[in-house]
Amino acid sequence: MSNFEKLIEIKNLHVSVAETEILKGINLSIGEGEVHAIMGPNGSGKSTLANVIAGRPGYSVTSGDIVYKGDSILKVAPEIRARAGIFLAFQYPVELPGVRTWQFLKAAIDAIRKGNGQEELKIRDFDKLLEEKRQLMEMDPDLVRRSVNEGFSGGEKKRNEILQLALLDPSLALLDETDSGLDIDALRIVSHGVNIFKSPEKSILIVTHYQRILDYITPDYVHVLVDGKIVRSGDSSLAMELEEKGYDWVKDGAGEEVHP
Amino acid sequence: MADQKVISRQTGVEDTQYKWGFEFDIESEVAPKGLNEGTVRFISAKKKEPDWLLKWRLKAFEHWVDQGDDASPKWAKLNFEDIDFQDIIYYAAPKSSDDAPKSLDDVDPEILEAFDKLGIPLHEQEKLSGVAIDAVLDSVSVATTYQDMLKEAGVIFCPISEAVQKYPDLVQKYLGSVVPYSDNFYATLNSAVFSDGSFCYVPPGVRCPIELMTYFRINEADSGQFERTLIIADEGSYVSYLEGCTAPMRKSHQLHAAVVELVALKDAEIKYSTLQNWYPGDKNGEGGVYNFVTKRGAARGENSKISWTQVETGSAITWKYPSVILQGDNSVGEFYSVALVNNYQQADTGTKMIHIGKNTKSTIIAKGISAGKAQSTYRGQVSILPGADNARNFTQCDSLLIGDECGAHTVPYIEVRNPTAKMGHEATTSKVNDDQLFYLQQRGIDLEESNYMIINGFCRGIFKELPFEFAMEASQLLRVSLEGTVG
Repeated sequence: MSNFEKLIEIKNLHVSVAETEILKGINLSIGEGEVHAIMGPNGSGKSTLANVIAGRPGYSVTSGDIVYKGDSILKVAPEIRARAGIFLAFQYPVELPGVRTWQFLKAAIDAIRKGNGQEELKIRDFDKLLEEKRQLMEMDPDLVRRSVNEGFSGGEKKRNEILQLALLDPSLALLDETDSGLDIDALRIVSHGVNIFKSPEKSILIVTHYQRILDYITPDYVHVLVDGKIVRSGDSSLAMELEEKGYDWVKDGAGEEVHP
Repeated sequence: MADQKVISRQTGVEDTQYKWGFEFDIESEVAPKGLNEGTVRFISAKKKEPDWLLKWRLKAFEHWVDQGDDASPKWAKLNFEDIDFQDIIYYAAPKSSDDAPKSLDDVDPEILEAFDKLGIPLHEQEKLSGVAIDAVLDSVSVATTYQDMLKEAGVIFCPISEAVQKYPDLVQKYLGSVVPYSDNFYATLNSAVFSDGSFCYVPPGVRCPIELMTYFRINEADSGQFERTLIIADEGSYVSYLEGCTAPMRKSHQLHAAVVELVALKDAEIKYSTLQNWYPGDKNGEGGVYNFVTKRGAARGENSKISWTQVETGSAITWKYPSVILQGDNSVGEFYSVALVNNYQQADTGTKMIHIGKNTKSTIIAKGISAGKAQSTYRGQVSILPGADNARNFTQCDSLLIGDECGAHTVPYIEVRNPTAKMGHEATTSKVNDDQLFYLQQRGIDLEESNYMIINGFCRGIFKELPFEFAMEASQLLRVSLEGTVG
């Protein structure tokens, strides 16, 4: 059993970018095995939340705290957070010209293993693992030999993110608009990858504008973020209601707040 | 592991990054400082040279004196104090090498041990597999491995001083035929005082069975290194040649002015790879090697090919333009380069591709990386002469900046005098991107390693041109040179 009550607790978090306050007091706790979805209109601060948890530079936390596995991580470097099990599936995966996908994945898995006192993965074991996950994500075998994300289609980039999720097997997966720009087949494959990852020990935070990914990955809790604040929380039915009524409905302050 | 005390002395400079910076404690014989006709005669006499070579040296010396110090090229984007050519030692040789050349068994064990420490084992039982090495310490060649295997293939690979004795006709025919003694200030100086270097001749139809390598090491304080390399690939032959170099860390600058000449005859191919890792100076720009080098290949025969690949991470100053004269019809010239400068290093490097023959083709891919307060310039010339029908050139220059105090510059000269020419030129300048760094960090990879991976990726197209083991070493060199550039 873990010696912390919640995997991650976000307490009254205020975040600014260049003097502009984006997050205005977020409270959110995610327990082990839980799937949470953050929904909200464009510019509400959804992606900021995911990126701040992962430690992206450029955001300043003006007050509040993020406690992960019992410790504050605000001052912890992004690679240390990653090694502790925080994974961000990027909204816009970055291209790394000349860095082979294979080499990148091996470096990542070894960095995380070494950070946790394990030995580097043997090449043969790594190849086996990679091949298994590649098939899971139905990715072209040629892609792992190419430069990271270079010349990949939008769908291939997103699948590559979930491939990394499957390989690195973190404790907390932050999916930042993973569904955006995906056709229905890619959405199915990506969701399948996430559902395979899902287990009683793993936690997931899905950041999305639309409800449709939630048709594939059922959240335990849905939170609606508007203008830097969670204005409403509920179960998966809230997502359906939002889809039907639009964000204006919650902006008006209707409904009651539920804290998991 | 070699005993540190035997072969290293304090050089008075602290630098944890440059791990080749120790000094060998080997007794040397040196010429008095300074340069005059006597120095030239001294070197020639030391090498027991024939009269024609002494005369050639003296002609070069006369030309050098006549043109004066002011004739040194000023057009490069390099800032440095004038070099005092009278304050340099022009000849330094390990004492034990007096009766060189000799077999490996006779080489001073201390010298073998010293090269061992550099990662260049010369012992018969430990030598690098598949690479024949000529080891040059200061002004002389101290050992050449794999002689038997080369002899069987008919390949001549030996110190140029030995070649002068054993193969005078070949040397006389080709020496100065690509880079004449009057070519430029530093080439003229080299022609007068060159001490040693490698000579290679691959006979017609022979594919050299192993890689040839020369490892250059400056050791003596205040000495310059003026090596001369001559490689001839006769008709239908192939050779791959590598050179590596290091120097001790010293507070003063050391001059390195080499000349390399390549000749490829009909259907022959020469692949020439360099890992240049002379001491770059310390973080404040003190010390470091001044590297003024003339490298040129003549693709003389039909269908001949010359390919230069260089990874330049060392030297305080690099002035170097490995070039190809495409004389033969259908000849091919290639130049692949990575130049990395950090701290106060300056590099002005590039190539010249001179198209003379018909259907000649050249490719230039140059990658410049600047960090710290360093300046890097790509300077290249592509000339299509009137007779060069259907010549083609493709040039790509990419610059990468790390931090905001460094500079990258691109100076391409293109001269086309034949309307059938096809030219392509691409250039980019970029910075190591924060999003890329964060992406790698988010996957658990630390900042320094992330930076290295991005830059290694930027250089990948060049590294893949290198022989495998050399490519690994190049990556390693890049990693060491990049230490402390981020964070």
